[in-house]
Amino acid sequence: MGSTVTTANTVGKSWDGGNNEPLGASYGKLMMWFFIVSDALTFSGFLAAYGFSRFKFIETWPLADEVFTHFPFMHGVSAPMYYVALMTFILIFSSVTMVLAVDAGHQMKQGKVAFYMFLTIIGGLIFVGSQAWEWKNFIHGEYGAVETKGGSILQFVDNKGKRVALADFAVVLPEEREQLTRGKGKWFMEEGTLSTYSVNEVLEGFKARPDLLVRTEVINSAETLKTAQGLNEDKSLNKEKHKFILSRAESERRLADATLVVEGANLQHNEYGSKLFADFFFFITGFHGFHVFSGVIINIIIFINVLLGTYEKRRTYEMVEKVGLYWHFVDLVWVFVFTFFYLV
Amino acid sequence: MSHEHVSNTKRIWNVFFLLSAVTIVEVVLGIIKPESLHLTNILGMNLLNWIFIILTIFKAYYIVWAFMHMEGETPALRRSVVWTVIFLIIYLVFILLTEGNYVFEVFKNATIKWNF
Repeated sequence: MGSTVTTANTVGKSWDGGNNEPLGASYGKLMMWFFIVSDALTFSGFLAAYGFSRFKFIETWPLADEVFTHFPFMHGVSAPMYYVALMTFILIFSSVTMVLAVDAGHQMKQGKVAFYMFLTIIGGLIFVGSQAWEWKNFIHGEYGAVETKGGSILQFVDNKGKRVALADFAVVLPEEREQLTRGKGKWFMEEGTLSTYSVNEVLEGFKARPDLLVRTEVINSAETLKTAQGLNEDKSLNKEKHKFILSRAESERRLADATLVVEGANLQHNEYGSKLFADFFFFITGFHGFHVFSGVIINIIIFINVLLGTYEKRRTYEMVEKVGLYWHFVDLVWVFVFTFFYLV
Repeated sequence: MSHEHVSNTKRIWNVFFLLSAVTIVEVVLGIIKPESLHLTNILGMNLLNWIFIILTIFKAYYIVWAFMHMEGETPALRRSVVWTVIFLIIYLVFILLTEGNYVFEVFKNATIKWNF
């Protein structure tokens, strides 16, 4: 208790941050601002690196509204961004309850502070849970694709341009491929999880369905049109700022290079397109999620202190203000992540 | 410093409704992607993206000023935080995006095909 409670007999015995308050802010608040500035620069570094990679692969970058299309209890419905919009609201709302807690703290209303802190913690937990669900969908993938030996991703569409999942056309061939595990390997040999279908099964299925076409990673623009080859004759399939859809002959030619079936995304392969997109998605939203998670933990500690009456004894709820600063910062970062990952 | 212990509840809710409204506008634009905005380029970027980025900065302003209570801090603290961060971010983004664009050109004009 000694470290958390200031009572009359500890005054003068423990350091209180000094009476000199530069910039009119208390020691703790100023240090929180120092931390926020440095953390803001860290996140800017990540997002700028994302921008770098995106500019580097500007003509083949995945389109976010084709990647994040899930909504809970709505299977098979393409709902781009509704879920992430909901997550944004949850986080903004938990920011509001946090600032209401700070406001109640200014008026020394212990019950109200505790109530609003509690709502903030719940909001934070819902957000982290939502992020986990978003990761799950991204990792599992939706339609599946094949990767060529050059590392580019080929996706499948029907002749209307609608995406087709591997499961809808891949055939089952009488071939068996056993996953190599440590137990069967000769010398620390193992391999990752095998895909549901082999490349051959996908290729055979493609041959059997003449209406299927390949969609490449390249985005239709005046610049990419100059060098594009084998585009579908049906002009309505290739709209500006959409991915190119190839003719049937060109599709077959490109598929001859297929080496790998990709389902979902991980750090090495990504069915949605550029591998770096998945890497940055995992890294940046993961780092942000980690911030939310630690924010929840810190909020819980402060919440317990509020319940114990620590700040009533101190006659100030400044600690709530300090964690509030951190919590709003996490919200602030999400506003930018939301824009640069989902909107732009 | 905010030592006036008056309740700001009304302002907090106003800011919340403002931020929500801006988010709704962003999401609606992001789902519809109106062609008039999406296919019009201004200063090297399409109009839709400019709108998204400006709205984001607008939201960031309100979060920092109202929620983090920057408006109540001394001007010196405000400037030390905001100017420093904005300057470094603009610098970093400018350099990395320019470099990214350059690497893109190098790949594109190279004799070796890298993505096939």
